[in-house]
Amino acid sequence: MKQVILAAHFPGVNNQTVWSDPASGSQIDFSSFVHLARAAERGRFDFFFLADGQRLREQRGRIHDLDVVGRPDSLTVLAGLAAVTDHLGLAGTINATFNEPYELARKLATLDHLSGGRAGWNVVTSSDAFTGENFRRGGYLDYSERYARAAEFVRTVRELWDSWKAEDLVADPATGFFASANAGEFAHHGTFFDIEGRFNVPRAPQGHPLTIQAGDSDEGREFAAAHADAIFSRHGTLEDGKVFYRDVKARVVANGRSPDSLKVLPGVTFALGDTDAEAQENADHVRRQQVSPQTAILLLEQVWNRDLSSYDPEGPLPEIDPLVSEEESISRGRTRLTRDPLETAARWRALAEEKRLGIRDLIIEVTGRQSFIGSPGTVAEQINAFVQEDAADGFILVPHLVPAGLDEFVDRVVPLLQERGVLRTEYGTSTLRGHLGLEGGA
Amino acid sequence: MSAAHLHLSVALDGAGWHPAAWRDPAASPKDLFTAAYWAGLVAEAEQGRLDFVTIEDTVALQTSRLDGPDGRTDQVRGRFDAVLLASRIAPLSRSIGLVPTVTTTHTEPFHVASSLATLDYVSGGRAGWRVQLSGRRSEAAHFGRREVPELGPAQAVALEDYAIYHELFGEAGDVVEVVRRLWDSWEDDAVIRDVATGRFVDREKLHYVDYEGPHFSVRGPSIVPRPPQGQPLVTALAHSRLPYEFAARGVDVEYITPHDADQARAIVAEIREIGGVQPKVFADLVVFLDETQQAAEERRARLDELDGAAYASDAKIFAGTPEQLADLLLDWRETGLEGYRLRPAVLPTDLNAITRTLVPELRRRGAFRDGYEAGTLRGHLGLARPASRYAGSTR
Repeated sequence: MKQVILAAHFPGVNNQTVWSDPASGSQIDFSSFVHLARAAERGRFDFFFLADGQRLREQRGRIHDLDVVGRPDSLTVLAGLAAVTDHLGLAGTINATFNEPYELARKLATLDHLSGGRAGWNVVTSSDAFTGENFRRGGYLDYSERYARAAEFVRTVRELWDSWKAEDLVADPATGFFASANAGEFAHHGTFFDIEGRFNVPRAPQGHPLTIQAGDSDEGREFAAAHADAIFSRHGTLEDGKVFYRDVKARVVANGRSPDSLKVLPGVTFALGDTDAEAQENADHVRRQQVSPQTAILLLEQVWNRDLSSYDPEGPLPEIDPLVSEEESISRGRTRLTRDPLETAARWRALAEEKRLGIRDLIIEVTGRQSFIGSPGTVAEQINAFVQEDAADGFILVPHLVPAGLDEFVDRVVPLLQERGVLRTEYGTSTLRGHLGLEGGA
Repeated sequence: MSAAHLHLSVALDGAGWHPAAWRDPAASPKDLFTAAYWAGLVAEAEQGRLDFVTIEDTVALQTSRLDGPDGRTDQVRGRFDAVLLASRIAPLSRSIGLVPTVTTTHTEPFHVASSLATLDYVSGGRAGWRVQLSGRRSEAAHFGRREVPELGPAQAVALEDYAIYHELFGEAGDVVEVVRRLWDSWEDDAVIRDVATGRFVDREKLHYVDYEGPHFSVRGPSIVPRPPQGQPLVTALAHSRLPYEFAARGVDVEYITPHDADQARAIVAEIREIGGVQPKVFADLVVFLDETQQAAEERRARLDELDGAAYASDAKIFAGTPEQLADLLLDWRETGLEGYRLRPAVLPTDLNAITRTLVPELRRRGAFRDGYEAGTLRGHLGLARPASRYAGSTR
């Protein structure tokens, strides 16, 4: 039987993260990160995962104020977590567009040393001039060049990691030999990076820290198949998952790699209860918390691309059609909800009519329903089925609450997965690559 | 805190500041690339109740040459990113300040602000920053984004003679300014969690920093809420007029390198005459500490012999007893210095001597506090937590 890979996603800065609940704690205090990481390690998870965003989101030209906002620098907080965990992998999302290979390679190699081989990075790209306004280099990249630059970025970072061989570091006082004369020597003369010199971090315990790719587009899949160790996907249903899984694994093979060398890890949410019926009630309650009346209007505006602030969240959908424009969206710094607003509007109107839903209830219905809802037994069964039927190799779990959102899953679902023999009861490996059964692990 | 108390910090680098320190019998060179090694050093410094440790860093491999690799195999080569190292140690310590070195030249100011603010959260208000710039051609080649001319022979180098250094220090001052603005860009009470209006944050209390300069522009606000200290401690090492002027633009602690009391007096006077923010001035000293002066000098000579050259430093090299060092620190204090950054020649030997012998000696003389009197690094230095510059502003 395949083992289930599990990762714990620190709740993000979007409406999926519920802040209005009395149990909701700080999204920025270090103790919140420690709580979630320790829960994940108690549940023998493979790794902890941090998302990223380098510009506060805006709607209608103003900073978006309805969702949790504010987050730490990923790698800095992960280095702190290395001190309070022993086995858990530590992966952060890094935007390659706003980093240089030398600096990032040494940060990741440093994290790998400081964690004893537990570092990973989720490489994302941006062509977004909005985010670029916070950076020296601005939003200078064409969409088409994003993946080309990212691929060269990953290659270059790996060249830097490989510039120190394990045997270059000797540190023998008896002979007076500390390190090889050419340790760290590198030269990369490419399209996007033209650099040379000496890299200054000795070879990392994993050699190459884990590389994750998030992105569903054709280019994203190709990139993952060629360069990544894991792909963070968003295919929630069993059937969609299988199609995606087959597609990506075929691309991996076409790149001359073993299909097992790329792990498919969809991001998923969950709602638990003592019974399936109670879990459904809990799920509905959380959905209402996630979609406040104000948030319902805001999400609708993202599809309509219009100011809808005068509409009643409990009232019917607007009769006016979405504004379809090649100009930029009213919402900036976040992923689009739809690529075809007119089609989406038509579908939503039909659904609202059929089920007699107002704006807020419709938005609750059509956005972000939990991936797994049920008793611990039901959820364990569903998770295992996805993995055994090759719709996934495991999951990146996104709790809806900081910091205790994973506790119930760890206490109630994890033991059931362990009973089935698909999740370790103790760590038998020490590195992140080792946990995932990837080459170069220990 | 008594005004008579000195501030003491220690500069951590590799196996110690002497290039042959790693070959000393007390050194543990095979542990340099482990977290445990650094955690042990910081725990020792904290036992001594020191104000803070700094952690050296560069965007190049260490070298004995002015610019470019030297190919030597007999000295420590390789180092960790200092911010991540500080963050790794932070949960294992309670009170001591953690001051990593971060360069301003090839890095993104926005990331610098975020990572230091995050260190401030991880450490519960103990983060600082040793600002450093990168003027070497070999370092610029690691990034491939700007041209830097080759420097002349070492003896000819006066920073002020090079246009590039005027540019780099100007840029460094701009980076400090924009980082400070980003730290202030969230007012302390920006998070409101107001269920009635559905608002998590009061957007009127988040501010664009709108910095536009010759080298970069940053819109803001920060992605990280205001750090626990409000403004983490900003420090810099300065050897001449250009860096003194840079420090006057926005540094809290300035390290200088006098070789005697007269030089210390002259430098402090020059810094005060420049005006600006009036940083606290610390002197840097490389220290070999033993029970007798002879033992310290012999240890220094042994290491010089191993390295094949007499160790030279920008800072004064002191070899003697902790009592003699205490005499010197108190003597120089009369010139207007408020503290010191001691660079242990060998780790952990000279660090242990500082915490276990020098510190008790200074206490006996009423010149060092018995314990920590504050919970934050700014607090150790008697600096208040500043209000955000944007408090009450509508932009």
